[in-house]
Amino acid sequence: MSMAQLVETQTAPRRTKRWRGRLLPYLLSLPALLVCIAILVPFVTAAIYSLQRYRLNLPYLRGFIGLDNYIDFLSDPAFWNTLRISLVYTAVTVIAELLLGLGIALLLRRPTRFHNAVSIMLLLPLMTAPAIAALMWKLMTNPSFGILSYLVGLLGVHDFKWASDPSTALFTVVLVDVWVYTPFIMILLLAGLRSLPRQPFEAAALDGVPASFVFFRITLPMLAPYIITASLFRLLDSIQQFDIVYAMTQGGPGDRLMVFQVQAYLEFFQYTNVGRSAALLMILWLITNILSNIFIKNWLRLRARAHGHA
Amino acid sequence: MDHSSLAGRIFRGIALALVLVFFMFPIVWILLMSFQSNEQILRIPPRLLFEPTLANYEALISGQLKTAAGNLQLTFMRNLMNSFILSSASVILALLLGVPAAYAFARFKFKLGETIAFTLLSFRFAPPLLVLLPLSLYYQQLGLNDTYFGIVWVYQLIALPLILWIVRGYFEDISPDIEHAYRLAGHSWREAFTRIAVPLAGPGIAAAGLLSFIFCWNNFVFALILASADKQPVTVGALAFVTASGIQYGQIAAAIVLSVTPTLLLALYAQRYLVEGLSLGAVKG
Repeated sequence: MSMAQLVETQTAPRRTKRWRGRLLPYLLSLPALLVCIAILVPFVTAAIYSLQRYRLNLPYLRGFIGLDNYIDFLSDPAFWNTLRISLVYTAVTVIAELLLGLGIALLLRRPTRFHNAVSIMLLLPLMTAPAIAALMWKLMTNPSFGILSYLVGLLGVHDFKWASDPSTALFTVVLVDVWVYTPFIMILLLAGLRSLPRQPFEAAALDGVPASFVFFRITLPMLAPYIITASLFRLLDSIQQFDIVYAMTQGGPGDRLMVFQVQAYLEFFQYTNVGRSAALLMILWLITNILSNIFIKNWLRLRARAHGHA
Repeated sequence: MDHSSLAGRIFRGIALALVLVFFMFPIVWILLMSFQSNEQILRIPPRLLFEPTLANYEALISGQLKTAAGNLQLTFMRNLMNSFILSSASVILALLLGVPAAYAFARFKFKLGETIAFTLLSFRFAPPLLVLLPLSLYYQQLGLNDTYFGIVWVYQLIALPLILWIVRGYFEDISPDIEHAYRLAGHSWREAFTRIAVPLAGPGIAAAGLLSFIFCWNNFVFALILASADKQPVTVGALAFVTASGIQYGQIAAAIVLSVTPTLLLALYAQRYLVEGLSLGAVKG
């Protein structure tokens, strides 16, 4: 910093140039600021909508109603269903992906050529658009020709309806989510594992410490920042899941998979109830905002580790 | 951690094989399906050996699907084109807006900079519909609905935080002393920026650009809300295609293959940078 100022005074002794130098960072970030504002305007608008009775099909009824949209949710079973299914979906996907991702990362820990090739191949599901991934699984679970329907048939389970049966719909969508996003956790944890210092492990090996002790007392605690960051990433995305659910079942069958954003989407476009849709999204935002504050703290710590000591 | 016992090695081998089957099978299977006719797809039990056909791809590329009920027009290539236009334009715009800002955030510690950087980061995690739904109403008033510009503008929500945070990390890793020395030799900051800083951060900028391209390409909900048929990218187009064509499973599989091939190839090419990109620069691979 002081060095920069020094340079400034030496190369630009004239007042105007110095002034321009002080202004420079602001000029450079002006475009990014504009984008920020462009995001904040609709965000504030949404907050205002959520306090209004606002239906696109009944514009003359529009008016301020305070927190009524929110209060209505309290006695609305559809809202509680949405909250419940969103939380269940998030919990199940994040736990499954974390366990599976950690397991795979441990399997691939040693940087052999084969392990590296496998970890690169596992990137492919992650780089597939989630909406397209849902279509792939829809083809594979088609009741008349889907290969998975055929395979479970061989196992003696006939008439397995996958996403179109209320009792297996959640399982099916979670399966797609796990297919797409487990590699995300795996790749972050693998990078974390490989960056851990080697001394504690060498010392433990010399002392003949049992593997389970090494795992729970050395590996896991040292990996914790990576696990927390990866899980929070997934938690934040998962509670807002839209693409997979929408492409697979549009929230159905019935209201079985009516997660927050799908419900808000239908509320807006099908029932044209802007006020309710906005209120629903504000509640989701409140949840994600709390989570993302925790996330950013952990993320900054990791980032400082990656860049600060470089 | 060297499990050299035989049982351990067998266990690890089996586990890895299962992992590979689970994650690779869908891609391989859809690829195989895309070379089959509908009759071959509907055959039970499914066969691994079949006479491959390119008919599905021909139908998609020519835009004509001959069915018993007559000719069906396919707009899929249009969707593919839209994806290329939208993603490339978004990345170029995000690089133009983001790289100078990332440089400013890395070199000058100023309050507004931190505020912008963190606002963009926190909106990366806010529900996209929260911004999109009011925006769709604004767009209708402004006449931006269903324009490439309108969609590219919203795609900045995806691309800009990514570029800002990754490129910022790269700039921070470069010692400012080189630029200072260059400036002491009488060059302007602009020359220091374009001739020293940007080339040194080049790999990071390229990686951030490639990743933004992938994420823009893979996005679904933005275009679902803001684009109608002739501006839709493949993600939305493929879903519409499934609804429209109903039972043309071979073509659906071929459409899926065409939609994911560009991003999968880019991902393989840029895999070295994916860890860093996916964690927004917090984890280095």
